[in-house]
Amino acid sequence: MRPLRVTPEEIQRRLAPILPTVERPGRYTGGELNQVVKDWDAIPLRAALAFPDLYDLGMSNLGLAVLYDILNRQPDMLAERVFSPWSDMESALREAAIPLYSLETRHAIADFDLLGISLPYETLYTNTLNLLDLAGIPLQSAERDRTHPLIIAGGHAVFNPEPMADFIDAFVIGEGEEVILEIARCLLVWKASGEPRPALLRSLARIWGVYVPSLYRVQYEPDGTVAGVATLAPEAALPVTKRIVAALPPPPTRLVVPYVDVAHNRVPIEIMRGCTRGCRFCHAGMITRPVRERSVEQVVDALEQALAVTGYEEVALLSLSSSDYDEILELVRAVSSRFSGRHLSISLPSLRIESFSVELMDLLEGASHRGGFTLAPEAATERMREIINKPVSTAQLLETARAIYSRGWHTIKLYFMIGHPSETLEDVQAIADLCREVLAVGRSVMGKRASVHAGVSTFVPKPHTPFQWVPCDSLEQIQAKQALLKRELRGAGLKLSWNNPEETMLEAWLSRGDRRLGEVILQAWRRGARFDAWQEHFRYPVWLEAFAAAGLDPAFYTHRPRPIDETFPWDHISAGVRKEFLTQDYRWSLQGRTRVDCRNRCFACGILPRFADLRRDHPGPGWECPEVRSPSRAVAEVIPLEPA
Amino acid sequence: MNAEASASPLARFRIAFSKLEAMRFTGNLDLHRTWERLLRRAGLPLAYSEGFRPHPRISLASALSLGCTSRGELIDVWLERAIEPSEVVAALRRAAPPGLDIAEAWPVDLSSPALPTLVSASEYAVDLPEGTDGAALQARVDRLLAAASLPRERRGKAYDLRPLIESLEVDRTDPAGVLLRMRLAAREGATGRPEEVLQTLGLEPAWARIQRTGILLQQRAASGSRAS
Repeated sequence: MRPLRVTPEEIQRRLAPILPTVERPGRYTGGELNQVVKDWDAIPLRAALAFPDLYDLGMSNLGLAVLYDILNRQPDMLAERVFSPWSDMESALREAAIPLYSLETRHAIADFDLLGISLPYETLYTNTLNLLDLAGIPLQSAERDRTHPLIIAGGHAVFNPEPMADFIDAFVIGEGEEVILEIARCLLVWKASGEPRPALLRSLARIWGVYVPSLYRVQYEPDGTVAGVATLAPEAALPVTKRIVAALPPPPTRLVVPYVDVAHNRVPIEIMRGCTRGCRFCHAGMITRPVRERSVEQVVDALEQALAVTGYEEVALLSLSSSDYDEILELVRAVSSRFSGRHLSISLPSLRIESFSVELMDLLEGASHRGGFTLAPEAATERMREIINKPVSTAQLLETARAIYSRGWHTIKLYFMIGHPSETLEDVQAIADLCREVLAVGRSVMGKRASVHAGVSTFVPKPHTPFQWVPCDSLEQIQAKQALLKRELRGAGLKLSWNNPEETMLEAWLSRGDRRLGEVILQAWRRGARFDAWQEHFRYPVWLEAFAAAGLDPAFYTHRPRPIDETFPWDHISAGVRKEFLTQDYRWSLQGRTRVDCRNRCFACGILPRFADLRRDHPGPGWECPEVRSPSRAVAEVIPLEPA
Repeated sequence: MNAEASASPLARFRIAFSKLEAMRFTGNLDLHRTWERLLRRAGLPLAYSEGFRPHPRISLASALSLGCTSRGELIDVWLERAIEPSEVVAALRRAAPPGLDIAEAWPVDLSSPALPTLVSASEYAVDLPEGTDGAALQARVDRLLAAASLPRERRGKAYDLRPLIESLEVDRTDPAGVLLRMRLAAREGATGRPEEVLQTLGLEPAWARIQRTGILLQQRAASGSRAS
């Protein structure tokens, strides 16, 4: 066995005097209810699971909780947690020469076999580099040897893994529940073999859903676009198809309960994965297909168990579109009757804009306090909502708003995005007008108590969506649109919140970037970029300097209209949805043509043929895609791509 | 509260507990939440306040500075019905998180004043690290106790620490370290903090291990009239 770099006792000894000196030291101590501590020396496979932001956010990340549960259920594996230290703790750790350590047993992260990093969004990239640096692990994958942990990363952001390709040994594309164990088993076999690190990477590349970037070479056109991607080893798949599970396994219920206040103090239960709505801007809706649901019974049982072992007072029933869950009324009835009288607060986010949603919330909240009710029209004109494929009429929105105020909610929170394709200042003005109309409805129902809160974010065209060809608004365009909203959405009963446009630019570069962006991320980190998702830490000029140092033009990644036949940096990663489908959907958007919910009619996005075997083995209502009885039927039951 | 006492079937318990290493950095608000969750997991019939946003009826005696452990914490808990104290203790022990040890529970009269108003002082034991000069410390303790006043500032407000120190003594001195004991006033608007005493003695609180050993309650008349 390899000797430890620093013992847990030594880490503890150096840590003791600094903990009382940092802000919220409870973030760095572990020891919470339901944490899992195993015998380090008796377990052959040790994994550290990281969320590269504060404990406060990481402890609210469901993906990490799922993997923690799965790994710790294995008798020969253990999983411990690690998060990013805030700047005061980072300085203290560096000063006291304390390597980044796990919360459970204070082992140095560099002493684990595996470091799994959750990357749900792109602004965690510099924190990921910082995490590796604080752990004393070489930043570049190519610089690591047998003595270093295997660094893997997964989450929605890595559907375009290229910007982080230099730093991550292997990416998990798609769902982690099964593949995490296959990776761990592969690692165990390699550990016993004594072979060099490249052998491990090649074995990993054989696993469905695993992308090992060092086994691929990217070639560029003279204009900087991608010419093509070639594999460098026979094990490397092209394209790499995302991993999915055929049926959602039971959700984790033995959740770690933080002592300190975190972002979400609640039991999260995912009731459904995927979405059948097909909103064209929605990254999650495109990459999490097909739709699979948990049964009402499974959800209620999981809730019962989780409440018993955590004592939480809050529950969230999570999905991308709660209203679309097949048995939503049955679920809400079952939950509200089973848990009535227990003073629980139950949230059901992402409801459709229709009065039925108000009835659902009415059932869930009972007679309790009514704060805000959230609706997400995303755009304020019917024309724009057709372009983004979220067709709901303004009349229906106003009718829903009336129902909400009439049932006693004071505040309606309306989510919009600016920067949709072909958006004009008139469309932005319409956001302000619509908010005023909703407020007028509220006033007619409950007078001055009614209010509207508009949350206006800025659209970033994401990979694997029908809008991946669309240029992003420039800083100046965004600022002009926000200025209009700030001017128009003033006065009693109105509140506006928006995103910093410079942060939107960063999100756009990183989500649309190619492999060359690795140098930009490294340069930015070296210049002190950390916690880019935090307003108080984010420094735009540092990123501009980093681009200049790497000799790249940020506008190339964001503001350039892309020809329809451009090869994207992420084209060798397949989310199961065919590029032809996305192309067609983009063209439809330009014509204002919409698609109905694909539960009603399959549009042949590509998911079903790709995963036909899984669907055939799992018939019934768990999946929302049509059933597959024989391989030939899969094609016959769907409509052709270009209808005559 | 007195009106409720006769009519309602509520029961009120006082629970003594320890807050140990695993909860050293759990602040007072977070400790409150931890107790709410503990009571839910224990399945005890927790009573809730009336109103739009009902909250569990629990009341911690006295806030403890972040970083301190304690062997003498107190909390009052209202239940919807009377239960044997031994059952309360057993249920809480089964559900307690690491770092929270339940010592005992006893019923308290519903009309008794709110627990925080009963607190008069807190006792602390402070372990100072190896290498602390016991004799020099004793001299500083003597000087401190002899002072008529010890003007200090807390959050920009001037106050006198001296009257808040009810007792202070060097209990044990040996090569492995020094044990300091103190009793500090803990009345509303007049609470002494152990780390402030340590600073006044020229000691770095981050290097000390501070443990509250007990919370002292005022002896009151049965009527619950407030001492001044």
